[in-house]
Order: sequence, then C-alpha cells, then structure tokens
Amino acid sequence: MAKLKIALYWAASCGGCDIATLAIGEKILKLAEAADIVFWPIGLDFKYADVEKMPDKSIDACLFNGAIRTSENEHVAKLLRAKSKIMIAYGSCSYEGCIPGLSNFYNRQMTFEHVYIETPTTDNPGKIFPQTKVKVPEGELELPEFYDTVKTLAQTVDVDYFVPGCPPEEKTTWLALEALITGKLPPKGTVISHAVKAVCDECPRKKGEKKIKKFYRPYEIVPDPEICLLEQGLLCYGIATRGGCGALCPQANMPCTGCYGPVEGVIDQGAHFLSALSSIIDSNDPEEIQKIIDDIPDPAGTFYRYSLPDSLLRRARIK
Amino acid sequence: MDNFEPKIVAFCCNWCSYAGADLAGTSRMQYPPAIRIIRVMCSGRVSPFLVLKALSVGADGVLVLGCHPGDCHYIEGNYKTMRRIPLLKKVLKQFGIEEERVRLEWVSASEGAKFAEVANSFTQSIKNLGPSTLDNLKQSSKGAKHG
Repeated sequence: MAKLKIALYWAASCGGCDIATLAIGEKILKLAEAADIVFWPIGLDFKYADVEKMPDKSIDACLFNGAIRTSENEHVAKLLRAKSKIMIAYGSCSYEGCIPGLSNFYNRQMTFEHVYIETPTTDNPGKIFPQTKVKVPEGELELPEFYDTVKTLAQTVDVDYFVPGCPPEEKTTWLALEALITGKLPPKGTVISHAVKAVCDECPRKKGEKKIKKFYRPYEIVPDPEICLLEQGLLCYGIATRGGCGALCPQANMPCTGCYGPVEGVIDQGAHFLSALSSIIDSNDPEEIQKIIDDIPDPAGTFYRYSLPDSLLRRARIK
Repeated sequence: MDNFEPKIVAFCCNWCSYAGADLAGTSRMQYPPAIRIIRVMCSGRVSPFLVLKALSVGADGVLVLGCHPGDCHYIEGNYKTMRRIPLLKKVLKQFGIEEERVRLEWVSASEGAKFAEVANSFTQSIKNLGPSTLDNLKQSSKGAKHG
C-alpha cells in the first residue's frame, strides 16, 4: 500500500496542538511507517509555494489547528482544503475558536489598542499599528490582514472531521490518526473522541444532589478531593462538556473548563452550561439568586471560553 | 423609527400563560400583533439556548412567561427559569445586547388582562430600543458540524 500523505498546519493557535501531535509517543513510529508528512511549518521546511504546486486532492489528510483570524490563515485554509482529500479541524481553536476566539468580545481596533498601546510593557508613543502595506527604502512590505472577527475552520472551508481538546489528549489524537491509517473512517462531520457523553461520566468523584448557595473561584477554597467539584461551588464545566479526556482536570482537583466542546447533539455549549448551572442555584428568592449570580465575575467569558466563534451569537456587538 | 414593527417571540407555558393568552384573546383584549406565541409545556423547558436562538435569527425581543412561583404544574420548573433568566441577562450584556430584550413574567390562566398588559408594555419597550442588530451575522454559513 502506498504511504499516506499528511499535512499539518497552524493558524491562530498557541502551538500546543503541534506539540500534542508529538505527544503520541512511540506510536509516532507507526505513523511514520504509514504516512509521509508533506507540509508542516513548525517541523519541516516547506513553503506555501510548495503546496501550491501540488495537484488538487493529492494530500490524503490535513490536520489543521488554529482558528481563522488573518487573511493568511484563511488563504492557507482554502489552499489546504483544495489539496486535501480529508480536512480535519484538529484542536479546539479550529473546531470552535477557543482562546483566540475570545477576542470576539472586542473588535480589531480594541484588540490593537490593547496590544500595541495599553499593555504595561509596551512603549509606543507614536501609536504605530501594524499595516497591511508599508513602504520602506527597499520596497513595499506586506502583512496579512487582521480580521475583526475570529472564525472557526468550518466557517471558512468544508471540514470532514473534528478533533476536540485544548490541546487534544494523546489518546484522542491517536483515535483520529488510527482511523486515517486503517482507512476505517467515521461518517463525515464526526467529532472524534472516545466519548459522546459528558466529562462527569468519566469523573470518579462522588456525586450527589447539586445545590449551590455560593460560587467560588479555584483560589478561594481547597476542594475536597472526593466530592463533585460543582457541588462544592466551583464552576466545573464537566456537566456540559464532551468526555474522552478521562476527566483529567477534576482528578487533579481543578474544575473542568470545557475544552472538549459540547456533548453530542448540542449546538451552543455556553447556553447549555448556563442552563445547567443556574438551575442548581439553591434559592427561590430573586434577590438572593441575583446575589449568588454576582459571584461569577465573567459569566460570558467562562461559558464561552472555548466556543465563542462557534456559538449562536458568535461575537459581541460593539457599539 | 415610527414604522418599526418589532418581531417578538413569547414562550408561554402550557398550563398558565398560554391559557392566560387564550383568555386575553377570547375576552377580545387588544394586544400588539408583534407577539408570536410559542407554546411550551413549562417555562422550565425554555433553555437559554432557545432565547439565544430566537435572538440570533432575528427576534427583536423575547418574552418568557410562566406560572406564578409556587403554581408550577411540574412543581419547580418555573423556579429554574427564575434562576436562569438573570444569569442569561448578565451574559447578554457582555455580548453587547440590551438586557431589556428579554423579559420574564408570571402570567396565570386567569390573568388575560395581565397578559395583554405585558404584551403591550414589552412591545413598547422594544419599540423604544429599536431593531435588534443581531441578524446581521446569518447562521447560513455554519459549518458541517451543525448539518
């Protein structure tokens, strides 16, 4: 059998997903037996021009991590879509927008002003912002355009599979790679994970009736290691998050933050966490309810930490 | 803004508020045609997702109407709604959406007049706010994930 041709790319991401692909350990030898890597900016010296020269659909699969925030991200997403038979949104950024997507609570101007002027370590008296074109003595320089709104990969090109996680766990990565290597591919649109149920299903903590009088932030309490973190007042996102990670964070005494995305069938993860969380507030008095809710400092950022661009509202409206 | 006719979705629970709306109708009480009623079994069934969905596809306002506290046919469905809506409003504010676009009211089966009054005052407050700008990002380009 001819070797598979695989491409990996990073768009708006932190680089963690590229490291996560290497975290499969010695299984990487099995991958090397079955596949050749034809494009991987972080690891191998290929240029975009090399990809442009490849015939259409000549790459068997592309693992694309990172959200779409610049014209360069979009260009390469479209290029790799044309050259690849299978397009995989690898990791939370390309799947749902993730942390880069949180800038959808702001716009380009606000982001630029914060990054290039307001941050304490920046000294920019001339208020110089990046331009798409700038003239220097040697000629004209170009930078990609920075978009107002961060998009997911599937909002940009047609995507075949999604691999959740920030970053995806080693076993989740291998589940996707194994499917590619063996050719046993799930139906198009599948979110590849060991679980379709919530993180709670994998979490070994003792669970009872959930009633919350007060919400805490992780630094405010030392949680009991045996009991459900949500019952202790921590905003544990496990109830509204797809499992498959093995409930790693709750087992390390930290609440789940929701990186594996919504459970099967749910469109807006944030709305479902909001719904589940507020239902278990232990009060029937509107004033007390308001007081309990006010202990959550940034509800929208907490509920949409990984999924703002992929949510129903997609971004905040800036007046 | 004079000719702005808002689109308002009103989720009415089957046991109280829908009957209240029915009473307003059979009693020939006047209320604005902006109100589009959707009957649900309980206000507790109105997930924040449904409210966001209505707003994201072009509703200018969303009313959630349920039985008075203590009167829920399912004992505590409306208490869940009572807790959800304030948190939803906080989230909406962060999204730059006026929290007045969502209102929770209790309307019993005998309160036809209250239903008409809520419909009137809510429609007026939405008219004052003006059209929602939320449908400027159409959902049609949603990815393969959502079919």
